[in-house]
Amino acid sequence: MQIKEIQEEIIDEFSMFDDWMQRYEYMIELGKSLPLIEDAYKTDDNIIKGCQSKVWVHAELQDDKLVFTADSDAIITKGIIAILIRAFSNQKPKDIIEADTDFIDKIGLKEHLSPTRANGLVSMIKQLKLYAVAYQTQIK
Amino acid sequence: MSWLSGIFVYQYIDMLDINKIREDFPILKRKVNDRPLVYLDNAATSQTPKQVIEAIVDYYENYNANIHRGVHTLSQEATDKYEQARIKIQKHFNAAKPYEIIFTSGTTHSINLVANGFAALLEDGDEIIVSAMEHHSNIVPWQMLCERTGTILKVIPMNMEGDLMMEEYEKMLSNKTKVVFCNHVSNALGTINPIDEIIKKAHGVGAAVLIDGAQAASHIVADMQALDVDFYTCSAHKICGPTGVGMLYGKEEWLNKLPPYQGGGEMIAEVTFEKTTYADLPHKFEAGTPNICGGIAFGAALDYMHQIGFKNIAEYEADLLAYATSELLKIEGLKIYGTAQRKTSVISFNIEGVHPYDIGTILDKLGIAVRTGHHCAQPIMDFYKIPGTVRASFSFYNTMAEVDTLVEGVQRARNMLL
Ligand SMILES: Cc1ncc(COP(=O)(O)O)c(C=O)c1O
Repeated sequence: MQIKEIQEEIIDEFSMFDDWMQRYEYMIELGKSLPLIEDAYKTDDNIIKGCQSKVWVHAELQDDKLVFTADSDAIITKGIIAILIRAFSNQKPKDIIEADTDFIDKIGLKEHLSPTRANGLVSMIKQLKLYAVAYQTQIK
Repeated sequence: MSWLSGIFVYQYIDMLDINKIREDFPILKRKVNDRPLVYLDNAATSQTPKQVIEAIVDYYENYNANIHRGVHTLSQEATDKYEQARIKIQKHFNAAKPYEIIFTSGTTHSINLVANGFAALLEDGDEIIVSAMEHHSNIVPWQMLCERTGTILKVIPMNMEGDLMMEEYEKMLSNKTKVVFCNHVSNALGTINPIDEIIKKAHGVGAAVLIDGAQAASHIVADMQALDVDFYTCSAHKICGPTGVGMLYGKEEWLNKLPPYQGGGEMIAEVTFEKTTYADLPHKFEAGTPNICGGIAFGAALDYMHQIGFKNIAEYEADLLAYATSELLKIEGLKIYGTAQRKTSVISFNIEGVHPYDIGTILDKLGIAVRTGHHCAQPIMDFYKIPGTVRASFSFYNTMAEVDTLVEGVQRARNMLL
């Protein structure tokens, strides 16, 4: 599936909920399905800065697609990174670089999008895109 | 509300009318995420009563002018009010002289001013002592000083309860010790440190003492002369005043010994290109146009606090603390960090298996403002081997019902997150 389609799917899923509690509970649920980063990659180098909790992300090129794994010590953060990875993993670096991220707003997590918020969602998106940029140059 | 809190509320009706006090704070009527705001981040910054807001408005509407230099009426009025505020602060802290009170932009500025001054007075091999439970504001400026001067930094350790180990402190003191700096109250744990003893022991070896009163000022009235402290500092924004202003108390003899921190207008007696002579205290340390309105509003904030009464505040907050502690401890897996015998109304806690950030996020959704993280005191978090805590800090305008809301919120967060 294309990034856009996956994002639509996520928006659909979240539209079933009418209050924040259910949204957060679902997000926590999604966190449990996060493709976990191997312990060997849980290094300080792979920590995303700007988060109050620790978030580690690793990227690997499989054929021409980028596959992300991650983890966090905070469960809500884990849910957020799981949503991002679901949208961006297994995609071509070029598509990741070009992808919109306004679906976060549409699933009611707008407050997490503020760059001053200490949860680092913005840093996470930036980091995923940076990986894509780095691997894009490798493909060429 | 539980039956227990009902009794507490009843008990305080005579002494502090909390509902009436709450009317003074417009922000407390706000809703956050569609719920009534429950503001429990008072240790980070306190809310501002309308009496202080009115003082700020009055300044800008009626007598905004630069001070100490104008011949005109407005300037004179502003100067008078500003200097009156200095005297209010002097009286509050029982300093011997008004010019021993220096207006600063806050605690951080004050500490940097003193640390920078000591750079000129310390030598290679001198020692300075800090406590293990300092705010980064009271660590980093001194580390910078050590790098510049070759001074050695020693740390008074703490125990698991969050009390300083005073026997260790005594062992560290020697005639090499030049400065001891410690907070009056720890922002992360709420411990009230035995500053009396710390000061006396330091003076025994001829060392100067700086006490960071940022967290104490809203709970405890510190008497400069009785304590015989050399430097004491706080920020107005934690005592119902505005941000960007604070005070540094320094004993006259010390303030005369320290060189100025910043150069500029206001702090000079005479300037030629060959040489500048500095102004007398306090102006020597007040370069440039100060936060005039802030200083005046700081004075108004102290007036407000005294009108409520520091004794009433301390008693009521002690009961808020006792009630919140006992209710929170009923939650399974909840652990409180900082269980010293003497502490202010601050509770730092974690729930086993849950990240503090997650709890803070859920509480915010419920309209409850707490702080999460390391609270600018990373060494304390390293000591307990935790990434951070959730910190609820209570003020005299919080209610027992708000404690109940917090406890329910934490319970709810726990159920969601575990
Ligand atoms: C103990 C302590 N020291 C220093 C500071 C710094 O105060 P300010 O940021 O107002 O300069 C704080 C503020 O959190 C504090 O709690």
